Amino acid sequence: MKFNRRVFVGAGVVAAASLTAPSVMGAARPRVVIVGGGAGGATAARYIAKDSKGAIDVVLIEPSRTYYTCFFSNLVLGGVRDFGSIGHTYGKLASEYGVNVVHDWAIGVDRDAKTVTTAGGDAISYDRLILSPGIDFRDGAVKGWDVTSQNKMPHAYKAGSQTQLLKAQIDAMPQGGTYAMVAPPNPFRCPPGPYERISMVAHTLKMHNPTAKILIIDPKPKFSKQGLFTDGWDRHYDGMIDLIGPEFGGKDPVVDPDAMTVTIDGEVTKVDVCNVIPAMKAGKIADIAGVTNDKGWAPVNAHDMSSKMYENVHILGDSSQQGDMPKSGFSANSQAKVCANAVRGALTGSKVFPAKFSNTCWSLIETDDGIKVGASYEATDEKIKKTSGFISKNGEDAGTRKATYEESVGWYNGITADMFG
Amino acid sequence: MKKLAFAAIALTFSSAAVADHAGAPTKGERVFRKCRSCHEVGEDAKYKVGPALNNLMGQQAGVLSGDKASKALKRAGELGMKWDLKTLEIFLRKPKALIPKTKMKFSGLKKHEDRANLIAYFQNLGAGEKPVKKDPTLSDAVLALVGDVEYGEYLASGCTTCHQADGSDQGLPSITGWPAPIFATAMHAYKTKDRENSVMQQQAGALDNEEIAALAAYFAGVTK
Repeated sequence: MKFNRRVFVGAGVVAAASLTAPSVMGAARPRVVIVGGGAGGATAARYIAKDSKGAIDVVLIEPSRTYYTCFFSNLVLGGVRDFGSIGHTYGKLASEYGVNVVHDWAIGVDRDAKTVTTAGGDAISYDRLILSPGIDFRDGAVKGWDVTSQNKMPHAYKAGSQTQLLKAQIDAMPQGGTYAMVAPPNPFRCPPGPYERISMVAHTLKMHNPTAKILIIDPKPKFSKQGLFTDGWDRHYDGMIDLIGPEFGGKDPVVDPDAMTVTIDGEVTKVDVCNVIPAMKAGKIADIAGVTNDKGWAPVNAHDMSSKMYENVHILGDSSQQGDMPKSGFSANSQAKVCANAVRGALTGSKVFPAKFSNTCWSLIETDDGIKVGASYEATDEKIKKTSGFISKNGEDAGTRKATYEESVGWYNGITADMFG
Repeated sequence: MKKLAFAAIALTFSSAAVADHAGAPTKGERVFRKCRSCHEVGEDAKYKVGPALNNLMGQQAGVLSGDKASKALKRAGELGMKWDLKTLEIFLRKPKALIPKTKMKFSGLKKHEDRANLIAYFQNLGAGEKPVKKDPTLSDAVLALVGDVEYGEYLASGCTTCHQADGSDQGLPSITGWPAPIFATAMHAYKTKDRENSVMQQQAGALDNEEIAALAAYFAGVTK
């Protein structure tokens, strides 16, 4: 076990740590305000509240009463899971862990006064601020598309009503119709996500609309688990899926939501469903808080997920620019626990252990045909650094693939319990 | 009272579908992977979280576990329950449906096919079939490590991303309440890749001996 002086605050320095946290001396408990109740924010809220045993006042600001997980939302599109099964509420965080759940939008951060303002008009002070707002889309990323077109051409890349809308559109496709996806450029949330979605759309079309076609318009020359996905598509959905890469116009398609067309390399194609997943950036509140860089992401220190720009602010998950971890729910959950441990240590003097991160992403290609990729990571002064990893292999037997899918269901039950209690 | 309880059990047996004999031992060996976190088979098989299962078929319930058997299972055995096609078919489907107070935390095998294959595997084991790969033997120095429970609790947050913190089995094995040396042996077996499962090999591979001992110490103390 290697203890780096910077990250390991042993029992001997507890007293010193307490001195730097004057709020524990006074009557008021130190307060952590967390913005965003997803895999990063909900996990951080639960762990800080649980492990500080009431010594820290935890406020979670999250507008949704019911949170729909992005992970497994593709399985809803494929009809493998029902929509209700990916919805979760915050009641246990409040009742069992004492988290103050504020259902509102955070719209402002005053770093000097250390307050967060909400759309409802409250100003909530913090000792530490943790931002975990996920992603927002870049303006003008796909020509012809903006947020007003999302009903005609859904992104379904923030789960919820968009998931239900896209599913309804897929189910209503005419026989032999075309589903098109405009895939996003790097970096983006859930690298295998668009391709698992293609698999799940193909799964449902194969059953209900076998002559339908799928068109992927992709600006990237390669994508996550590509060899595994294309092998699976050949085995299960032969002839159904066409991939148009950057060299054939996948880089800058133009969509027309009223005419339901996609123009690729000057050629106009009429489609029945158009799933536009635009380029992404950190959730808006990170920008407002001033912790993002010119690329639109929030650079963080690997040891505690603290902002490289301002003190007392931490950023988790998709919004952060941390190094080698993919933007995934698993990653955000892993980062949240490291951050929670560090923040608790800073505010109450509890022991801070070295950062350890891991990630696994499971994807479903067809019923009982699951694949996975995963890795371990460590914190360096520069970034979160990958130490080793694994990936499923082509040609695995059916039993292994089925076990991989079943494992992913176990994981879903685990991570949602880890987030929401 | 005792007679009544057993009569109720006997009634359940006779009305339940009896396993057909079409199970395949080789397929059952794969199903047995789900059991391996708690049960061993083979020449040097020992009691882990549950008993070694070499000679399961025909045994009186509770006997293999000796004094570690739950009161409920021991009582059923004393009342005449044996492990056979009928009892295993019911127990493996949902252990708590047959023995409500069993200590076994496994939720059960939903598919009849899986149960039939597993039972066929158990039958074959009795006939001297070669067992699955064994876990490595840890050195005394590694086994003697006393884990730091507080550090273990922090590291355990890496386990509860998938495994349930309350020790329930919701698709992945329960990892709470294991005796520390058994927990450590399992983790080392993943680290050395003697046990299959890429996620567990990855997780265990990122831990050193002290960290595995810390996790073992922490989880040993977590009981429902």
